[in-house]
Amino acid sequence: MEALLWTIPALPFAGALVLILMGTRLSRSAVALIGVGSVGLAALITIILGINFISGKPTPPYYHQEVWQWFEVAGFNPSVAFHLDALSLVFIFVITFVGFLIHLYSTAYMAPDEGFARFFAYLNLFVGSMLVLVLADNLLLLYLGWEGVGLCSYLLIGFWYTEPANGYAARKAFITTRVGDTALAIGLFMLFQNFGTLHIQTIATEAPQLWSVGTQNAVIIAFLLLGGAVGKSGQLPLQTWLPDAMAGPTPVSALIHAATMVTAGVYLIARMHVIFDLAPAAQLTVAIIGAVTLLLAGCSALTQSDLKRVLAYSTISQIGYMFLALGVGAWSAGIFHFMIHAFFKALLFLSAGAIIISLHHEQNMFKMGGLRKLMPVVFWTFLIGSASLAALPLITAGFYSKDQILWYSLASERGNFWLYLAGLTGAFITGNYTFRMVFFTFYGEAKTQVSHPPGKLITIPLIILAILSLVGGFIELPHNFGHFTVFSDFLTSALPATSINETLGSLEWLFQVLAALVSLAGVYLAYLFYLKNPTLQNSLEHSGWAMSLHRFWYSGWGFDKLYDLILVKPFVFLATINKNDFIDKIYTAIAALTRAFNHGLARTQSGILRWYMMGIVVGALLIITLSLLP
Amino acid sequence: MNPIPMDHGLMLAGILFMLGLISVLIRRNIIFMLISVEIMLNAAGLAFIVAGARWAQPEGQVMFIFIITMAAAEVSVGLALILQLYHQLKTLDSDAANQMHG
Repeated sequence: MEALLWTIPALPFAGALVLILMGTRLSRSAVALIGVGSVGLAALITIILGINFISGKPTPPYYHQEVWQWFEVAGFNPSVAFHLDALSLVFIFVITFVGFLIHLYSTAYMAPDEGFARFFAYLNLFVGSMLVLVLADNLLLLYLGWEGVGLCSYLLIGFWYTEPANGYAARKAFITTRVGDTALAIGLFMLFQNFGTLHIQTIATEAPQLWSVGTQNAVIIAFLLLGGAVGKSGQLPLQTWLPDAMAGPTPVSALIHAATMVTAGVYLIARMHVIFDLAPAAQLTVAIIGAVTLLLAGCSALTQSDLKRVLAYSTISQIGYMFLALGVGAWSAGIFHFMIHAFFKALLFLSAGAIIISLHHEQNMFKMGGLRKLMPVVFWTFLIGSASLAALPLITAGFYSKDQILWYSLASERGNFWLYLAGLTGAFITGNYTFRMVFFTFYGEAKTQVSHPPGKLITIPLIILAILSLVGGFIELPHNFGHFTVFSDFLTSALPATSINETLGSLEWLFQVLAALVSLAGVYLAYLFYLKNPTLQNSLEHSGWAMSLHRFWYSGWGFDKLYDLILVKPFVFLATINKNDFIDKIYTAIAALTRAFNHGLARTQSGILRWYMMGIVVGALLIITLSLLP
Repeated sequence: MNPIPMDHGLMLAGILFMLGLISVLIRRNIIFMLISVEIMLNAAGLAFIVAGARWAQPEGQVMFIFIITMAAAEVSVGLALILQLYHQLKTLDSDAANQMHG
């Protein structure tokens, strides 16, 4: 079975290749079959391999497969090789399985679209790149996947390219993530300079021998890797691209936000955890970035009117939780939240998409309302996803994953009270904005008519994801609930266990109750404000400071304006003054000079014999004179 | 008898060469230009002979034989070209042949 590892990324790539070459000539059902089938097959192989892996318990605890050597230059010989351990298994499971459901959903969602084949080609390429990223055994191959994911996000965000705004959003995503990618590339150069290889396992074993904790090189490299992760995962200060990425079709948003691109940063940090262990300053920064981002994005989510933008800010916020977990050394908790988040966020995006197409591409929540009775399946699945996102206690998967992060942000050795407080405030905000969204969309008066109810291809993925969003949490229960920790036990072969500050150990239940109460309080506040007593909302709208705060949060804390002012404007200004590129003038002059010589010399070809003779004589005289000179 | 000094022989060769060169440059009639080239070749041949005589080596004369051979070949080709030129243009003015420029 191990030998099939290479087919997991190869299948989506093959699907993309076929669709790119012949997509326009195939019928829609054939395109759908290839596009969905390739990812479905990859998911099947992943599940079989996963069962094999878990039951077989291989020693050493990973599968390794080298496909071929990429190239060899001066002792640098990266290979195209795949490495499957517990960490990458979790990721490829989420990518292929959730990706498969999103593909299935897309066949219905994109059915009337002209670019049907193009869409599936991009999606397959996206999934393939992400799988390469996750399975790569060396950082160069990882970087290949990393850039592939960036390219596909650009293509997919700008999928409806006739609208200039979509192209702008795509470019913004591409350029912003490129800033992080540059940092990552420099980090890789430094790693190569220090170790002479980019093989991840080699670096992981050699780094602790080469560096002691806090060595300058380790800290610099960790910060550069963090820069790359921040760019891809839409964390502070590079988060501005993610809300605009909503310009793409809704299944794309689901794929980018739930299963693939934005989690690449989380994967990178988890994969390079050895370096971060050696650089406590960088790891603390990871936690702080996560904590600050989850608050910023949560507040912005509170104010949005566009259904998809709420979800986008919510993703930034939830990835902030994952960064917080990674930053305090709760590696498995971060990955656990990644998995659960993939389930419920994909569910939320796909249900939002179902609402949006049923209402003729209406995305404004204020114009929805009353959909509870009109679209019952979507209502229930959306409610389950929201409950999971808001971490309603005991029944939802989101509770178990988020509670673990909150607990570790306080109780792990690297945790502290302020990080915990940020996480707790974030939980309150999450509950509030999530149910604000639910109440606006599904309750109250119906403001827009539903044109056609969603079909089976749309509801089946929703139901599967809803079930996972409920029961997915039971594979990892808190220590005081029977200590059932399959997930983190499974990950111990790839990631170090979390160390707990023992003095707090006995108080775990207290903090759990606190976290649950805070989430419920957020939900209750949303109920009070938006459903029970809308006049409260009106009174807020009439006070000036609340409105200006609302505008500030609505515009994403002014980051877009700030970047526009300090980066975009000066760049455009410089570009304007240098419109007639002065460096170009040099090259134009060289070309003009050459052309002038050509003209002059062409005129000497007069055909008059005596001029030719004169030329020879003058030349001979010159040469003789020169040779006679001392 | 006094041998002729080498300087005199070389000077004669130089004068002949310059005369040939100048007449190539100033003549327009293409037959005269051909004759002038022959004069230049002979001047060069004379210089070889003088040098060969000075060092008592046979190579100078060997070289002169080569030059004569080459001159004969050149003249035969040259005359053929001139005939063709005259046939085409009805003139021996070399400047008239500038139609071939380019």
